[in-house]
Amino acid sequence: MEYKPLNILLAEDDEDDCQFFTDAIAQMKVKTKLQTFKDGEALMDYLHDPIHTTPDLIFLDLNMPRKGGMECLEEIRKDAKLKDLVIAIYSTSASENDVEDTFVRGANIYIHKPNDFPSLKKVLAEVLSVNWQYHTSGLDKANFLLSI
Amino acid sequence: MNIQIKHDIELACKAILSEHLGKRGLAFKMDSLGELEVHGTIPEDVHQELSQVLSKYGIELIDNKRAELVQRIKDQIIDIIYLKEKTPSTRLSDYLADKLGHSYGYLSNLFSDTTNASIENYLILQKIERAKQLIMADQLTLTEISYKLSYSSLAHLSNQFKNVTGLTPSAFRRIMLKRRMYYSS
Repeated sequence: MEYKPLNILLAEDDEDDCQFFTDAIAQMKVKTKLQTFKDGEALMDYLHDPIHTTPDLIFLDLNMPRKGGMECLEEIRKDAKLKDLVIAIYSTSASENDVEDTFVRGANIYIHKPNDFPSLKKVLAEVLSVNWQYHTSGLDKANFLLSI
Repeated sequence: MNIQIKHDIELACKAILSEHLGKRGLAFKMDSLGELEVHGTIPEDVHQELSQVLSKYGIELIDNKRAELVQRIKDQIIDIIYLKEKTPSTRLSDYLADKLGHSYGYLSNLFSDTTNASIENYLILQKIERAKQLIMADQLTLTEISYKLSYSSLAHLSNQFKNVTGLTPSAFRRIMLKRRMYYSS
């Protein structure tokens, strides 16, 4: 069966991390279409513009200039049109408090940034596969939490 | 106010189908596998219109044989988890082969080819989803939930929950309650 490519957005200010992510996602079995943004402000402008199609999955770095990941997350969850989007937080912090705090504010997925390329590919494959199940099997996205 | 509801999916589905097929002059019979036998043929334009109307209710008309069989595997798994009082302890492979009339090897390959996941993984994911619902409904203890979903012990449920979500069942519950409070204030 043929499926449409997954429409993925990434907000990440670090150029190396962004490249790392782009390379990994390009090697996934699941077909994807990725767009990247340098900060939260650029991402939110894109999301608020009705001309763009709704993404299937958004990856947010926590620390970004102009607007951070946490601010974006809250803004999205309070917006009636955007609140059901699936959001993955992509962060260097592995502190349990940070993880719990992002989940409480509405994140679906918390990814502790892996240090090497094979681990990143493994983590992204897992995230895409679970996300895909949520989209195709009618699961309740309100209960979608994954810490990886 | 919270009200618990009990529903019969098959009955609801039949009522919706009766209404929309009847309106278009189509008589049908539905068997327990969700297969419709429609008298005569359905013109292409009516078929399309029906697909559209029924999709609003989450009902999908499936005409691809392989996709149809995959859907039936998923339906059997959902039935096992949601409709039975307690999930059967017979092996899933035997149960599915018996219910669907194909060898488990065939079903399992077909499923993996079309969904990117194995039948086992799908079952685990659905069981954990059910566990989440039961945790949030707050009517049963974790031990009761593990029994209801045929886990050998609470530890088994907790381990699988942690494997699938990265969180323990109690962390999940705490987060969801905090989230509710966070966005209601």
